[in-house]
Amino acid sequence: MSQDIDIEGDLVTRVEGHGEIVVNATDGQLEACEWHVVESPRFFESMVVGRDWDEIHHIVSRICGICSVTHTMTGLKAVEDAMGVELSEQDVKLRKLALAGETLQSHVLHLGYLALPDLVGAKSVVPMANTHEEEVRTVIRLHKLGNELIETVAGRSTHAQRTIPGGFSQLPSEAELRDLRASLEGSWNDVETVVDLVLSLADELPEFTRETEFISLTDPDEYALYNGVPYSSDTGELDLADYREIVNEHVVEQSTAKFTKHNRDSYMVGALARFNNNYEQLGPMATAVADRFGLKPVCHNPYLNNVAQLVETAHLIERSIELIDSVLESGLEAQSDYHKPDVDVTAGQGVGAIEAPRGILFHEYTLDETGTALEGNCVIPTNQNHANIQLDMERLVPTIIDQPEGEIEHTLEMLVRAYDPCISCSTHYLDVEFVDTLPER
Amino acid sequence: MTSKPKVAFFDFAGCEGDQLEIINLEERLLDLVEVVEVVSFREAMSEHSDDYEIAFVEGSITTPHDVERLEEVRSNADTVIAIGSCAAFGGINSIRNEQDFQTVTERAYGEDAAMFDDPDAELFDSFEQAQPAKAFVEVEYEVPGCPIDGEEFIQTVTAILQGGDPSLANHPVCVDCKLAENTCAFDRGEICLGPITRGGGCDATCVSQGTRCWGCRGLVDNPAEDAYSEVLQEYGVTTDELLNEFTLYWSWQREHGPQADMQEVEQ
Ligand code: SF4
Ligand code: SF4
Repeated sequence: MSQDIDIEGDLVTRVEGHGEIVVNATDGQLEACEWHVVESPRFFESMVVGRDWDEIHHIVSRICGICSVTHTMTGLKAVEDAMGVELSEQDVKLRKLALAGETLQSHVLHLGYLALPDLVGAKSVVPMANTHEEEVRTVIRLHKLGNELIETVAGRSTHAQRTIPGGFSQLPSEAELRDLRASLEGSWNDVETVVDLVLSLADELPEFTRETEFISLTDPDEYALYNGVPYSSDTGELDLADYREIVNEHVVEQSTAKFTKHNRDSYMVGALARFNNNYEQLGPMATAVADRFGLKPVCHNPYLNNVAQLVETAHLIERSIELIDSVLESGLEAQSDYHKPDVDVTAGQGVGAIEAPRGILFHEYTLDETGTALEGNCVIPTNQNHANIQLDMERLVPTIIDQPEGEIEHTLEMLVRAYDPCISCSTHYLDVEFVDTLPER
Repeated sequence: MTSKPKVAFFDFAGCEGDQLEIINLEERLLDLVEVVEVVSFREAMSEHSDDYEIAFVEGSITTPHDVERLEEVRSNADTVIAIGSCAAFGGINSIRNEQDFQTVTERAYGEDAAMFDDPDAELFDSFEQAQPAKAFVEVEYEVPGCPIDGEEFIQTVTAILQGGDPSLANHPVCVDCKLAENTCAFDRGEICLGPITRGGGCDATCVSQGTRCWGCRGLVDNPAEDAYSEVLQEYGVTTDELLNEFTLYWSWQREHGPQADMQEVEQ
């Protein structure tokens, strides 16, 4: 069966930001197969220039609402690196806790609100409130738990204020941490419910594999999220200072869109990359979840990124409980409500990397001796996954080209959604189209 | 207005944090969909319909394509509500409004910044300034904040559904700070924008969390006369000094005034 296909330029829904899929075929012959990013540029690299060292994290937080904690903390890490600021052990633990809250919130949002409707054949989570009321309420409870974690530690779930250069302006109380611990302990049934639901629908996840390289942070002591060094599944540990050579942004001839690549033509970042690279360090509950899906490293099916997120959801709850216990055991060292860490403002250049929910995120700032930013650079996860999405599509489409157009589109949309692209944070995303097929936006 | 009005959400240049704050209403979102019918919410649903009475717009307007889309939204909706500071008055995106645009593009795109001059590179057709929705179309109401406060959003929707007027509060953040019993940021040696920032929705959350007010809800009406002048006098700061101190959120508003309505803006 040879058909004409024309999938052109509708915004992919249930992703963060604006992206479009373009597939054209005549007589079953594939002519175009492209993943476009059509987000308006926002110029954060310029917006930070001329700003003070203690404003940068506030500004870059606004790159993305869904991973604002990660952007804040990556900005802080880069500034702290530039000025040689050390954090106390307690502050690091609390930052890890806030980050766990954000990743939990984001994974549940992505899985429950954005991806799950595909699996149950719904257009959004709203009708699911009637068909799967209990499950939807469970998803909401877990989502809320992630937000509670951020609020307790960082003060507000979106664009939180308490994380500042050198530490925190304010700390949670021991009582608040204990309450939080109880909520975390009480969430296992909910996790179980979501695991059961996704497991019952796992057949809906397309079987598709394409070997690729996985890049994430890695750390000898723990499943790396806040600390660690960059690591490639192909080439091993990498040097953070060389992050530009890791991401290697470049223009490829056949596409004119800016891609990133490391050892191959593309690499993947995000939950599946972390799972593949750091599987051994997952907690027991998380490993049990992976076992129920038969998920083992190295998994090359991008659709299973959603399952990796579920595995990490369990891990984040386990890890948060551990972190709270560890803070409480050593006794929470209190500080004033309007604390300002002692920071020696110096000139310097610093790089920070953190695992955002969607993958490794790099920020770099150059500061003058007054702590004013002279330059900034942010390399976001979606940017790094772009080439991988594109190459997946090129491999996948020929295998499904005989299916009805609607099916093809649905399968590709699911692929894009599996990556959880966070396109609105495309700070310096370059997707240039010279050809006449530029889709109507 | 019908008993269950149709509402739609649209996002322009922004971080989608305001839409997230709506999703963060959690169970109360289920109550909300009891009283309104959501017909478009790209971040959370695949359906889309052009048949709606109330449109919420998020993010600032930065490209000619944004303007086209915004005008279409305006012509479909009875009521347009700007949510978040980007949509209400340009917000954080407008930091670049005070920078030279050529430099702005070069800092973000390096040598590829030439694309911004290429008429064939449509995606790079970008305005030199980030502007709010009201610079292009009439906007009935605003819910400012970066991000918006979920509670204030609910209050706004409730007021509209009941035929009320969800106009903005007109007192500075200082008032909320006093209610929250915060130590004044000026007392702590910080420069705080609370005296000239519109309060009434955020409970002075940033000061309560140990930092200062950055001005995210925009200028309070008539900041020159009505701002919390005792505070400013006490610390020997003038409104103008304060206005000039920070340009995080106000680059557009400083030029056009807090209540700026639609005006001729070069496109
Ligand atoms: S106002 Fe703030 S929260 Fe809303 S879109 Fe703009 S940057 Fe994001
Ligand atoms: S305190 Fe100021 S910066 Fe913070 S939310 Fe309120 S208005 Fe915005």
